[in-house]
Amino acid sequence: MLFTSYEFILFLCIVIGLYYTIPKRFQWKLLLVASFVFYYFSGWSNLIYISVTIVSTYLVGVKLGNLDKQQKLYLKEHKESLTPEEKKAYKERIKVKRWRWLLLCLIFNLGILAVVKYTNFAIANINYIFTLFKMNELSFVNLILPMGISFYTFKTMGYIIDVCRGKYEPEKNIGKLALFVSFFPQLIQGPISRFDDLSKSLYEEHHFDAKNFAFGFQRVLWGYFKKLVIADRIVAAVLEITKNPETYDGIFVLVGMIYYAIQLYADFTGGIDITIGIAQMLGITVTENFNRPFFSKSITEYWRRWHITMGTWFRDYIFYPLSVCKPMLNISKSSRKRFGEEIGKRIPVYLSTITVWFTTGLWHGASWNFIVWGLLNGVVILVSQEFEPLYAKFHERFNVANTFGFKLFQVIRTFLLMSSLRILDCYRDVGVSFRMFGSMFTKLNINELFNGSLLKLGLDVSDYVVIIIGVIIMISVSLVQRSGSVREKIAGKPVIIRYAVFVLLFFSIIVFGAYGIGFDSNQFIYNQF
Amino acid sequence: MRKKKIISFVILILAVFTLGWLLQKLLMPKYMTKIVEGALISEYYDEKNKDHDVIFIGDCEVYENFSPITLWEKYGITSYIRGSAQQLIWHSYYILEDTLKYEKPDVVVFSVLSMMYDKPQKEAYNRMSIDGLPLSLTKIKMAKASMLPEEDLITYVFPLLRFHSRWNELSEEDFKYWFKKDKIAHNGYLMRVDVKPASSFPKPRKLADYRFGDICYDYLDKIVKLCKDNDIELVLLKAPSLYPHWYDEWDAQIVDYAKKNDLLYINMLDHLEQIGLDFSTDTYDAGLHLNLSGAEKCSVFLGKILKEKFNLADKRQDENLKAIWQEKIDAYYKMKEEQYKELEEYGYLLKFNLKRAEEDNRLQ
Repeated sequence: MLFTSYEFILFLCIVIGLYYTIPKRFQWKLLLVASFVFYYFSGWSNLIYISVTIVSTYLVGVKLGNLDKQQKLYLKEHKESLTPEEKKAYKERIKVKRWRWLLLCLIFNLGILAVVKYTNFAIANINYIFTLFKMNELSFVNLILPMGISFYTFKTMGYIIDVCRGKYEPEKNIGKLALFVSFFPQLIQGPISRFDDLSKSLYEEHHFDAKNFAFGFQRVLWGYFKKLVIADRIVAAVLEITKNPETYDGIFVLVGMIYYAIQLYADFTGGIDITIGIAQMLGITVTENFNRPFFSKSITEYWRRWHITMGTWFRDYIFYPLSVCKPMLNISKSSRKRFGEEIGKRIPVYLSTITVWFTTGLWHGASWNFIVWGLLNGVVILVSQEFEPLYAKFHERFNVANTFGFKLFQVIRTFLLMSSLRILDCYRDVGVSFRMFGSMFTKLNINELFNGSLLKLGLDVSDYVVIIIGVIIMISVSLVQRSGSVREKIAGKPVIIRYAVFVLLFFSIIVFGAYGIGFDSNQFIYNQF
Repeated sequence: MRKKKIISFVILILAVFTLGWLLQKLLMPKYMTKIVEGALISEYYDEKNKDHDVIFIGDCEVYENFSPITLWEKYGITSYIRGSAQQLIWHSYYILEDTLKYEKPDVVVFSVLSMMYDKPQKEAYNRMSIDGLPLSLTKIKMAKASMLPEEDLITYVFPLLRFHSRWNELSEEDFKYWFKKDKIAHNGYLMRVDVKPASSFPKPRKLADYRFGDICYDYLDKIVKLCKDNDIELVLLKAPSLYPHWYDEWDAQIVDYAKKNDLLYINMLDHLEQIGLDFSTDTYDAGLHLNLSGAEKCSVFLGKILKEKFNLADKRQDENLKAIWQEKIDAYYKMKEEQYKELEEYGYLLKFNLKRAEEDNRLQ
């Protein structure tokens, strides 16, 4: 059930209608049922996968909680009789047990993700090696990737790691944990919420709040506007360019890069707006996932503002633990000895960064283009970090850092840099991506932009008008957002203006949205991850 | 404060519905200058006097081949053709069900050619058959029965959701006919006076299976039941079109069905001489459909049978009806005259030769 389908809108109306009419204590139960019904529409077998993940996470969570209790009780009972060394030894034993359970849970859940998502990728690579040695190839397996598995698996991993770390108590009610994992608005494309961020508002009773509801509804509409009016309209040109690399090289690669950046932004942020808006209509607060990323002045800043929950997840659960783990500390020690303080201290950071970006790439998709994309992001971030002193000197000398022109230059540079890296996502093939990127410099012919070719990409003049106006509105909203919530600002206007904005937005989606017969129904890009 | 909020919210809802309705009216195809057959279904609901002796249901085999005006002029029979382009049997059933909400005719004439299709064919034809109906349970059932996999039921409830993308192809026609449409047909008859003599058709290809689909029989049974329940005589009719080929095997099935259900079946292809049809002058597209001359001849032939068989009264002396029908007759002959004039001037009818008219720059 896609967010853009009529079925989903009907489903949502029913859920919201029931949500505010049933007794408040049943609200979270209704959401749980609704989430499973929603997920059932993506295939009943998917329910098995998610249920297994929920049950395993729940059981290990309870076990970790019991171990914690057991430790506390034991230490309390033997407070007087145990020496500090014995206490330490006991704690260490429990800790080992806890880590074993955690590891079991992580391997199990990650194993499910790995099997369904990466088996064929692994087979393809093994086959490549086999062909080199003229060996018989392995057959691919027919596994359907459950929708949103990467998102919910990461949610459960974050939860169980935090429980193991003692950040919070494990959830005792399996139904409540199941709702946290499967909450339908964010099930298939995030944000990857943390249990302590989401659980409270997810389980508490909610009274109908007209303002909150209206704000949520407005955000949902804004999401649909971005998705249907902009992303699903421009996608025709993106596909035309990227599916025909032999025809569209040179300047068209740049055009495709920019179009894809617009599509991806409108698609993903649109989807997240719908998610957060629906949650808000239900009185639930979901973590923000974007903070005007295209206004970033560096790639590091971009990654702090784009897909925030994924970035912080990798930071908290991979980068930090990896940076301080024993083997890494050993590497740090020996590299300092071997290469000196200056270089030696960088090596663990490099290794952690590259590992994080490798896994980020792998998380996005089981193919080399995503892995290379991830690694390139890591390399660019490390290189820019290395250039920091040079930038500092430049700013010291020229004092342009605070000028509008230089900031604009930085924003455009970051946009183009990120768009260049995304070529790997567009063409989905490493070789083709590099070749097409190269063609931007070797076959550049700007005249091609003015000979009518842009109108042969599946977009006519009216499509361009809609896209340009849509993008201008999107940029304007982002600019206004810098000084506070746009919805709050609109809410402060006279009722006639408020309603006019709402009606205009609503009918812009209805009339200018690229949906229905004649348009390919596009699922959200991040649904596939 | 609360009262004020409620009032403003109600105003907002009303504004949304009004604007939606206006946009829907604007963006829906008008079928006034192009593909005019799309306007046939909705015209019925503008009729002031919905009381007819005979209702025709079917596809182009009825709306191109029979003239209610001739039936009135010759026999005093009041009739209306509820047909549209490629109207499939389930369309016909629901259109009849909808018609019976307004009137109870004595006779229903159903064109059996649509028995050859047991699956929805094209979305465009669905839209032409269904969009013209006012919103009702019948319309929803009709849409559900007709939809192709890519269609959505809600677009038949709110056609704006289907036609929203026409915003960039709006023409003068859309604004001109935004709220009021011209009458295209004459009690459902789509007039054409041009002539294109029949030539040879490709030899009919052999079919793997000649049996009509089960779903067609189901709907035919439903039509029979609907008529019986409403005390209406049902006539099965095959119009005298030369193409698509009417196979003997098909004919035998209808003969058999009519016999079993005690229905009158008229295959007009068996009576071409009696009707007096001349396919060198009575067809506008080489035998697929009849022109005005052919339609009038068919109407004379069929009217006689209907009158005799079902004892239909001659209502030409009814003062009330006389006035109503005189208006229709005037419009009929006016259009006839205009079409002949157009033929004389351009050599073809503009509305029905869009490509040619566009090339000749003769379309408004």
